Amino acid sequence: MPRQKINPWPYLLISPALITFFTVVFIPVLNAILISFQRYDLRRPKAIGFVGLENYINIFQDPLFFQSIWKTFLWVIFGVGFQFILGFGLALLLHKKFFGRGIIRSVSLIPWVTPGVLIGLMWRWIYDGNYGVLNDFFLKLNLINEKIPFLAQQKSAFPSVIVTIIWQGIPFFALMILAGLQGIPGELYDAADVDGADGLQKLFKITIPMLKNTIYVTTLLRIIWVANSVDVIFNMTEGGPAYATQTLSVYVFNKGNTLNLGYASTMSIILTLLLLLVAILYLKNIFGREEE
Amino acid sequence: MKKGKYRLFQLLPLYTLLLAYLIFLLFPFYWTLVTSLKSEKELYGSVLTYWPKTITFESYKKLFVSFNFLKPMMNSFLVALMTTIISLTVSLLAAYAFSRYRFKGRKVLMAIFLTNNMFPTVLLLIPLYAIMRNIGILYTPLALMLSYTTFTIPFSIWLLSGYLRDLPESLEEAAMIDGATRAQAFLKIVFPVLVPCLVATGAYIFMTSWNEYVFAVMFTNEASRTIPVALKNLIGQLGVEWGMLTAGGVITIIPVCIMFFFAQKRLTEGLTAGAVKG
Repeated sequence: MPRQKINPWPYLLISPALITFFTVVFIPVLNAILISFQRYDLRRPKAIGFVGLENYINIFQDPLFFQSIWKTFLWVIFGVGFQFILGFGLALLLHKKFFGRGIIRSVSLIPWVTPGVLIGLMWRWIYDGNYGVLNDFFLKLNLINEKIPFLAQQKSAFPSVIVTIIWQGIPFFALMILAGLQGIPGELYDAADVDGADGLQKLFKITIPMLKNTIYVTTLLRIIWVANSVDVIFNMTEGGPAYATQTLSVYVFNKGNTLNLGYASTMSIILTLLLLLVAILYLKNIFGREEE
Repeated sequence: MKKGKYRLFQLLPLYTLLLAYLIFLLFPFYWTLVTSLKSEKELYGSVLTYWPKTITFESYKKLFVSFNFLKPMMNSFLVALMTTIISLTVSLLAAYAFSRYRFKGRKVLMAIFLTNNMFPTVLLLIPLYAIMRNIGILYTPLALMLSYTTFTIPFSIWLLSGYLRDLPESLEEAAMIDGATRAQAFLKIVFPVLVPCLVATGAYIFMTSWNEYVFAVMFTNEASRTIPVALKNLIGQLGVEWGMLTAGGVITIIPVCIMFFFAQKRLTEGLTAGAVKG
C-alpha cells in the first residue's frame, strides 16, 4: 500500500498560533507548576528555591484559603444563578415583538462590553456610604433610617458585590438564550395552542426543553468566567472588608500583587483543578456534537 | 377596537417590565455621566441631585490637564490595536486550516485551543510575570500584547472557524478547477465575504484588550499603564476623585460602545452559533 502523502499546508497555517500558544500558555502553565514547588517571594529574592510541598502544606493550614473557596462557591452559585434567571427573563421579553426592539436589544447588552474596572468603580460609587445614590434612594423611600456603608460592612459587602456581578452577566445570558429562542420553530407553539396549552405549560414543555443545550453550555461558560473574575471585586473592595469578599481568584491576585509568587501559583493550580470538572463537561458537550 | 384594547392590555406589563430592566441595566451609566458633569461642590454637597444644577466640564479638563489621561489612552490604543492585528492574522490562518482541511491531529489541536479559554487568568498571570521579568520585557507594551494573545487567539480561532464553516466550499472549489491556486481562491472569493466577520472579531479583540485589567495592573508601570489601571489609580490615599474617575469612565466607554454597535450583529451571530446549534 502506498504511503499517503501528508499535506503540510494545514500544519504550516496553524503553526503561528501554535507557537504563540506554546510560548504564552503552555510554558507558563508548566512554569506555574514549577513555581508552586518553590519558595518564590520576590520581596525575599535570596530565599528563592525549591521547597517541595511546603506551599501546598501551608495552604491547607490557611483558614483564609478555605474561606476563599467557600466565598467562590457562594459567588458562583448566587452570581451565575441570578444571572441565569434574570437573563432568561430578559430574553423572553426581548423575544416578543414591540416597538423599538432592535435598539433596546443592543442597549441592554452594553454591560457585557463594559470594562470590569469601570463596572466595579461605577457600583462602588453607587454604593458609597456618604454620597452614594443608593443610600439616598433608600432614604427617600423610607426603607432605611440612616445611611449604610454597603461596601465597608462585613455583612453587606459580599451581597453588594454579588449584585454587581449579576448585573454584569445578565446580558450575556439574555443574548445566548435569545438566540436559542429564535431557533425554536413557531409550529411547536401553534400546535400547543391548538391543544389548549397555557403560557406556563408552553414555557416548561417547549421553551425550556428546547433550550436545554444552550442553557447548559452558557451556564458552564459563565461558571468558569465568574469564578475567574477578579476585576469587579478588586475594584470595589480589594477583597475586604476583613476578607469578606475575597474569592479564590482575588486571593491569588492579592498574593501576586504582594509578590509572593510561590503561594499564589499554588493556589491558582488548586483553582484550576477545581474548575477542571466544569471545563471537562463543557468540552465533552462541544466535541460530542462535532462527532454527530 | 377590541383587538387594540387587548393588545394594550397585553403590552402594558411587558413595557413595565422592560422599563424596570432598562433602568436597572442603564442607571449606572446614567449616574456615571451625571457625576462627571457636576461641579465638585455639588458632588460632595449635602443634597444629592439627580441632574446637575449646572453642567460643567471641570472634571474632564482636570483629567487631561493635571492627570494626563491622554497618556494611558494612547497606551491602551497602541496595545489594543497591535493585539488586534496580531491575533486576527494568526487566527485567520489557523481557522482556515481547521475549516478547510481534514488532517491528522486536527481534533487534538482544536481541543488545545478550546481548553485554552478555560484556564484561570490568575494561573497564567503569575508565571508570565516571572518570565517577563526575567527576560526584561516587563512594563513594556509588548508584555501586555503577548499576554492578551493568551485569550484573544483561541477565541478568534473559534469564532472565525465558525464563520468559515458557514461559507460553502463549492465556490472556492469552482475557482480552483478554473486554475486558481488555493491562495488566489481565498483572496478573491473567501476574503471579501469574510470582511464583516473579520471586522466583528477584530472589534471584539480590541474591546477585550481595551478593557483588560488584571494583566495590565501587574505588567505596566507609570509610563506604560493603560486606561483601566489609570482609572483605578484615581483612588488614592486621600480618597476617591469621583469627578475625574467618572469622566474617565465616560471617555473609556464611548469607543467601546461605538465599536460594539458596528460589530454587534455579526458578533452575536458568531458567538451564539456555537452554543445554539446542535
